[in-house]
Amino acid sequence: MSLRPDLAVIARQIAPDTRVLDVGCGDGALLTTLRDTKGVDARGMEIDAALVAECVARGLSVVQGDAERDLADYPDAGFDYAVLGQTLQTAMRPDLLLDELLRVGRTAFVSFPNFAHWRTRAALMFGGRMPVTRALPVSWFETGNIHHVTIADFEALADTMSITIRRRWFFADAKGLGGLHSVLGANWRAEFALFELSRGP
Amino acid sequence: MLAQPLPLDGGGALAGVEIAYETYGTLAADRSNVVLVCHALTGDQYVASAHPVTGKSGWWDRMVGPGKPIDTARFHVICPNVIGSCMGSTGPASDGADGAPHAMRFPVITIRDMVRAHVALLDALGIDRLHAVVGGSMGGMQALSLAANWPERAARVLAIATTARHSAQNIAFHEVGRQAIMADPNWAGGNYYGGAAPDAGLAVARMAAHITYLSEDGLTDKFGRSLQDRDAKSFGFDADFQVESYLRYQGSGFTKRFDANSYLYITRAMDYFDLAEEHGGRLAEAFAGATARFCVVSFDSDWLYPTSESRHLVHALNAAGAPVSFVELSAPFGHDSFLLDVPALDRVVAGFLG
Repeated sequence: MSLRPDLAVIARQIAPDTRVLDVGCGDGALLTTLRDTKGVDARGMEIDAALVAECVARGLSVVQGDAERDLADYPDAGFDYAVLGQTLQTAMRPDLLLDELLRVGRTAFVSFPNFAHWRTRAALMFGGRMPVTRALPVSWFETGNIHHVTIADFEALADTMSITIRRRWFFADAKGLGGLHSVLGANWRAEFALFELSRGP
Repeated sequence: MLAQPLPLDGGGALAGVEIAYETYGTLAADRSNVVLVCHALTGDQYVASAHPVTGKSGWWDRMVGPGKPIDTARFHVICPNVIGSCMGSTGPASDGADGAPHAMRFPVITIRDMVRAHVALLDALGIDRLHAVVGGSMGGMQALSLAANWPERAARVLAIATTARHSAQNIAFHEVGRQAIMADPNWAGGNYYGGAAPDAGLAVARMAAHITYLSEDGLTDKFGRSLQDRDAKSFGFDADFQVESYLRYQGSGFTKRFDANSYLYITRAMDYFDLAEEHGGRLAEAFAGATARFCVVSFDSDWLYPTSESRHLVHALNAAGAPVSFVELSAPFGHDSFLLDVPALDRVVAGFLG
């Protein structure tokens, strides 16, 4: 099974025999990979009942729920890792969701589409319309992405919330962008970003 | 017939307990392919075969059978009649030691007592560990009780349209039914065997309960305010409305296949059900020793055991660290959705059983 690039990175980073909660786990592709290749105790949360049913059919333990309401049911630090893939920008309160992620998981992986990618900037600057791009393919009136965020915004929020960014990965053209160490550069060139987060140093 | 007396939660033990059960599919040589299906309040062991009284096909015929979600080409399905019932397992209508029916001398039983009888049956059949225990409604309570009290006996627990405790509203509806039965002069303190049964009271109990198994939208879609076989209201108390006629039919049909005293005893067992209370008041404690994978399913139109009760259960399972899946399915049929044509349920059941 081929994973989305951000999920493939997460799958490589997660240590074997750990406990993982994938929030917004979709059809369970990441959880299946983690269970089958790393012996991970893989759990998921997903809002769409049909996708939950797919996960159950894969033998996964997935709870139907809304992360912004139902993560509250999970105990503190019950998981080694909490994963939030391409979901942060759909939250009513992304900051509170990040808080919850880092409460239930000791480490969090968070990925999102970067609204400051040059294609998005160009569409807005020259077209004067809300961008519809490869990374953000849905029109403004029907997109679930209600909180567009840039890499620079995210780094600033992490700083405000005293969240430690342990590592970051940037992607464009469905590939990793190597050698990108400046956030400023990444903010222009990355279509997606992935961050590894924790509380404290 | 169980060799040993069955200890009961209410104290004492019940001797000479008989358990009627049906099986489907072939038992594997290593006995690893057993699925225990637990039936609901007025259900029976005929999960996938014709009912001997009504001749109707099994109550979960659409779910259990060769190539069906609970695939009897792979699994050996056992469905026991609960104790307290009236389809062959020992209940109030069974004869006591003196040769007369127990009637109200039958001890009040609990869901855990029913499950203790199931476990005794599994022991007698030499089955140590179930591939899965599956149940909807009261069947789900049995599945949860098995997982909480005999945690090593099942590898998978599938609890559908159920709850870990009976709510005040649940108890209230049951009490209406019980009072209807006991207000019927034929009930005669429960000693009606051999004479006229309290059919009128039992029918009213069934009618009240039946409303709770359906959804308001379902009733409106099916009947609305349509009149039954007439063009105008009769200005009398016949079944003018189709919904009245339907309920009367459901009530009288029920009395042909069910014993009124069994209805009293089984509803009591459900009302007493509170898994948390059995385990020091914390539901998570009930599952502290759980070794099974759990799957909890609710339906959005079920107001008898609503999704909030399932979420409460899932929360406790998560707190206990048990592997649990949960899904709320959309279906228009109310509580009865678990028995009816909901393809999404079929996929979840088949997928979970693996």
